[in-house]
Amino acid sequence: INAFSIFKNIFSVIASLCFVPADIISTVEFNPSGELLATGDKGGRVVVFQREQETKSQPQRRGEYNVYSTFQSHEPEFDYLKSLEIEEKINKIRWLPQQNAAYFLLSTNDKTVKLWKISERDRRPEGYNLKDEDGRIRDPSTITSLRVPVLQPTDLMVEATARRVYSNAHTYHINSISVNSDLQTYISTDDLRVNLWNLEITDQSFNIVDIKPSNMEDLTEVITAAEFHPQQCNTFAYSSSRGSIRLCDMRKQALCDTHCKFFEEPEDPSTRSFFSEIISSISDIKFSHSGRFLMTRDYLTVKVWDLNMENKPLETYQVHDYLRGKLCSLYENDCIFDKFECVWNGSDSVIMTGSYNNFFRMFDRNTKRDVTLEASRENSKPRAILKPRKVCMGGKRRKDEVTVDSLDFSKKILHSTWHPQDNIIAVAASNNLYIFQDKVA
Amino acid sequence: MYSKGTKRKFSGSADTATDDKAMAASYSLQRQSLLDMSLIKLQLCHMLVEPNLCRSVLIANTVRQIQEEMTHDGSWQVVTEAFSSPSHGPSDRLVATEVLCRSPVLEQQGGGPKLYSVMGYNGCREEEVVTDKALCSVAVGDGAPALLLGTIGHCWDRAELRVAEVEAGVSEDSLSGSGDEEETRCREGTKLATGQVFGMFEIKNSPPGSDPALEELFSDVDASYYDLDTMLTGIQSTPKMGPYDLLDSLASSHGPTSNSTCRADLNELDHIMEIIVGS
Repeated sequence: INAFSIFKNIFSVIASLCFVPADIISTVEFNPSGELLATGDKGGRVVVFQREQETKSQPQRRGEYNVYSTFQSHEPEFDYLKSLEIEEKINKIRWLPQQNAAYFLLSTNDKTVKLWKISERDRRPEGYNLKDEDGRIRDPSTITSLRVPVLQPTDLMVEATARRVYSNAHTYHINSISVNSDLQTYISTDDLRVNLWNLEITDQSFNIVDIKPSNMEDLTEVITAAEFHPQQCNTFAYSSSRGSIRLCDMRKQALCDTHCKFFEEPEDPSTRSFFSEIISSISDIKFSHSGRFLMTRDYLTVKVWDLNMENKPLETYQVHDYLRGKLCSLYENDCIFDKFECVWNGSDSVIMTGSYNNFFRMFDRNTKRDVTLEASRENSKPRAILKPRKVCMGGKRRKDEVTVDSLDFSKKILHSTWHPQDNIIAVAASNNLYIFQDKVA
Repeated sequence: MYSKGTKRKFSGSADTATDDKAMAASYSLQRQSLLDMSLIKLQLCHMLVEPNLCRSVLIANTVRQIQEEMTHDGSWQVVTEAFSSPSHGPSDRLVATEVLCRSPVLEQQGGGPKLYSVMGYNGCREEEVVTDKALCSVAVGDGAPALLLGTIGHCWDRAELRVAEVEAGVSEDSLSGSGDEEETRCREGTKLATGQVFGMFEIKNSPPGSDPALEELFSDVDASYYDLDTMLTGIQSTPKMGPYDLLDSLASSHGPTSNSTCRADLNELDHIMEIIVGS
């Protein structure tokens, strides 16, 4: 399925809505094979969905995602020294590539990263000598013969166990985690530091970036996101609240405070305002699957950077430029600080990001076409085809168009994920998860 | 979106000068309301669970930008002049940022407004206490007081705002012939400037008629827009031992605050320590 088909058939709804009723979804992520989809929420829970297998008898059920496992990843904690509560909200989930029968993912809240193992159990041992089937201890005097317990098939059970807890390494709030392509290490990033961990070791991490000034008065910039290069295990990038990206090579020195490459677009003086810096703050960075490009999201745009060109982005896409005239109101109601994520499709030809009013946008990098879609219950009956939406700036509003003033800023799509191979996307709108799939012709 | 702007008169090209003035006034008002909004956001940070550092930094940078611009075009002069009323001496000109965290006990101790500027970011143990007389900065290093600070209240360790010094950007030419004190103050930089800016909040909530000059200055700013009074009242009704209260006790050895205030602060500190230790 190529990128074109997205715009020929747009997206139809499959599996309709998967409700996560209790809490606002704070992160969504497909695993590297696309078989599993994980969501994390504000209550510290992780819900994992599994794609239903294709069966000849029910071909139309291909691609439906059903709940596979639910577990409480993080609990609220209290920092007694600072008298502050540590939220249990899951900020990020990142999957490890599957290496055996079990699945592994990293989940993190503001302070602690955890490695979870999700495994299936479909057998259990039966025929114990010392206890009977109910688990009651048998009277030893009644045992006259010995037998070997045998594994008998049972109903499928999916268990999640915390295999590692990586704690006490972050003074500030963790905003990103990224697994290295070496599959042995990962980085966790907070506002001022990036730490490198070995997945096996929980009591030690290496600090590889530290931008904390010796005098906190001088703090004017924080780290907003960081990610490992998908193929080069020594390379990672981190973005800042000033709209810059630094590419670092861990081989150069232990503390990667000096970057190898520095990406920043010079400011356009004609559009300068008091809000220029805030809207230039990068909320998300993602390397392309190919490793050749880097995508960044700031408040109004998505930019694609060529790793070989530092002085300006290769492509810039306007997500919702009609908000430019509303920045003061958006500053007042804090919406200007919303952190939107961005994602690549499997072939790096289409990029997607969220907006307000439960709208999300897709940009085809080749044809330069874009589309605005909406994730809402009214428009998302199963098998329905999503209708493109349009926001009108002013003047006469056409039928089906939405005016800027009628946009609902409390309905924002911050988190979304794209299946690694197929055209299946998962979009989180508050406490609802929407899964859309390209309609197969 | 903006506060009540001045009406622009359209009466032909002859009035372009008036139009420009009106536009400039409107821009000033808008800029002022943006500054006020930003400061509220920063102060409110102290009341939240744990403020978002990124957001705080961005707001602080915005405040700094506005202050720089206001200093450049001389409108900061207006602000500083507004403070100079005969009843207040130089020591009262810089007003505490503690206004939103002030406990009623300290209010009663009186002694005039304290002299502080905005304090450091989360976890920062070093503070600058600026006194008008000395016009010097005193760093509170790690030590017994800092330990107290660390354990006392979440208010203290919140990501409070510190606006960095304006470096070399303040040109003396832009300052229109005011007293030496004000020039020095501007050179001292945003630390003091911020103190004054916060001072505006203080004045705004003082009893009506206390300062006619200021009343006039703020008369056409629409406060109801962001319901300052309600917010501030709400905050003051739940007084906590704020960081500035601790500053009081620390500053007492450096600044001109009264002994009685200092003692009251220490009593407060003891009280809070008791609660924490659970004795």
